[in-house]
Amino acid sequence: MNALQIHNLEKTYAKGPHALRGIDLEVEEGDFFALLGPNGAGKSTTIGIICSLVNKSGGTVQVFGHDLDRSPEAVKSCIGYVPQEFNFNPFEPVGEIVINQGGYYGIPRAEARRRAEQCLRRLELWDKREQMARSLSGGMKRRLMIARALVHRPRLLILDEPTAGVDIEIRLSMWEFLRGINADGTTIILTTHYLEEAENLCRNIAIINEGLIAERAAMHELLRRLHRQDVILDLAAPLPAPPEVPGYVIRQLGPTRLEAEVGSGQPLNRLFIGLQQAGVEVLSMRNRQNRLEQLFLDMVNNHREREA
Amino acid sequence: MRYLVAFQTLVTKEFLRFIRIWVQTVLPPGITTALYFVIFGTLIGDRIGDMDGYRYIDFIVPGLILMAVITNSYANVVSSFYQAKYQRNVEEMLIAPIPPWVILAGYVAGGVARGVVVGILVTLVSLAFSDLVIHSYAITLAVFILTSVLFALAGFINAVFANSFDDISIIPTFVLTPLTYLGGVFYSIKLLPPLWQDISLANPVLYMINAFRYGLLGVSDIPLATAFYIILGFIVVLFLFALQLLRRGVGIKT
Repeated sequence: MNALQIHNLEKTYAKGPHALRGIDLEVEEGDFFALLGPNGAGKSTTIGIICSLVNKSGGTVQVFGHDLDRSPEAVKSCIGYVPQEFNFNPFEPVGEIVINQGGYYGIPRAEARRRAEQCLRRLELWDKREQMARSLSGGMKRRLMIARALVHRPRLLILDEPTAGVDIEIRLSMWEFLRGINADGTTIILTTHYLEEAENLCRNIAIINEGLIAERAAMHELLRRLHRQDVILDLAAPLPAPPEVPGYVIRQLGPTRLEAEVGSGQPLNRLFIGLQQAGVEVLSMRNRQNRLEQLFLDMVNNHREREA
Repeated sequence: MRYLVAFQTLVTKEFLRFIRIWVQTVLPPGITTALYFVIFGTLIGDRIGDMDGYRYIDFIVPGLILMAVITNSYANVVSSFYQAKYQRNVEEMLIAPIPPWVILAGYVAGGVARGVVVGILVTLVSLAFSDLVIHSYAITLAVFILTSVLFALAGFINAVFANSFDDISIIPTFVLTPLTYLGGVFYSIKLLPPLWQDISLANPVLYMINAFRYGLLGVSDIPLATAFYIILGFIVVLFLFALQLLRRGVGIKT
């Protein structure tokens, strides 16, 4: 069974253009799915419709077989939602926020209290349960929204930019946490601007652009399509001109910095052997940009050209 | 059962919200009412004499209690729901499997809860100034609760349409307060010229205050049945309107 099935989804805002122009999308049960796209592409509108926060203009949405129009409450019961912006009452205690959310899903208070404790402990917020939410740090607020989204044990968790603005340590711990709940069987849909996040976490991906799905594929399949990567090399000594290594395009970015294009299937060893033969000593190496980021930009640009 | 839990959760949350800030929500009406009693009841009231066969201070008790109930039921819902919109925590309810009528009932019950708490406080204050004897407990309680429900619904509708904090104070200042003051809190409409008596009959608050006064003192300027029809009619209309707004997501969904 598909966790999510969207057919011909459309949204036209009252005073705006078509935000969604007929989206078709399927997400399998148990998947860790990335929904990517540039700002204004329609990601948040799509998620808003699935979560009943935005009224759709046309099309159908089914969550675990429940139709959003015919059985909205069944759909809502399956979904946990972590929005991009903080949307809790900052003047409420942390524990109350999670317990109340359980109550809204019909979980009796004693049970909601027990589940809130579990969620807050898992997200390392139990010690903060009496504190007003406004006193939490940015990372804690993000974790609070995840705890709140999990209190009713949803089968589908939707996260809209869940790690925006949190430091790298917290981001990595959140990745581990999300991997864990996905391994436990929760289907996850993620939108993010950190493309390495999608590359690290997600098995399948859809790219949305200008209200249409530009691409839908398995992550490994997409990455395989990337024909080259650019690497930055920091050198021990300055060079007057870029060295020539047969089979590789090398550009000089500064006196002690080179950029080399490495095609898919081209061994890096050969590049280094060539550099060594040219008397170039390399101190460090890194990718010029995230691989998925490069692919994403290519796809969005290609889609724009096709649409034009 | 699930709806009942959601309703209880909403009511508990609303109750804790205004109790947590009781200095801003519960205390001021008590102080204001005490001042009304001192100035209009004790200082000026003795010069006015009796009204409808009661001492002036006793005559204004029902109006002052109901005025506090109206103001606080309205204020609780309008401020709470607008804040939920403004802070976007209204989304907590919109994404949950709660039907719109449960959300509406929860907010209205929260408004009634504040109306009851403030009403009890104001009644206690009034006992210090007047010899309150309740004519009919049933009528008093019914008018008390129904009026509270009506103005909680009105507050909800105001919050739905409000786009700024200014918008939630415009209706109380320019509509609610004049209607309440001109609704017979401090006088019997029999004192007015015939034309103004007729105009006063178009004020719905007049019916509520008079029905409540009948419950407490046994006197009223208007027939009791008419008052109940009007209060219930307003409740039905406002409930259906508020429910429709919530179903369509006016002001909360795009």
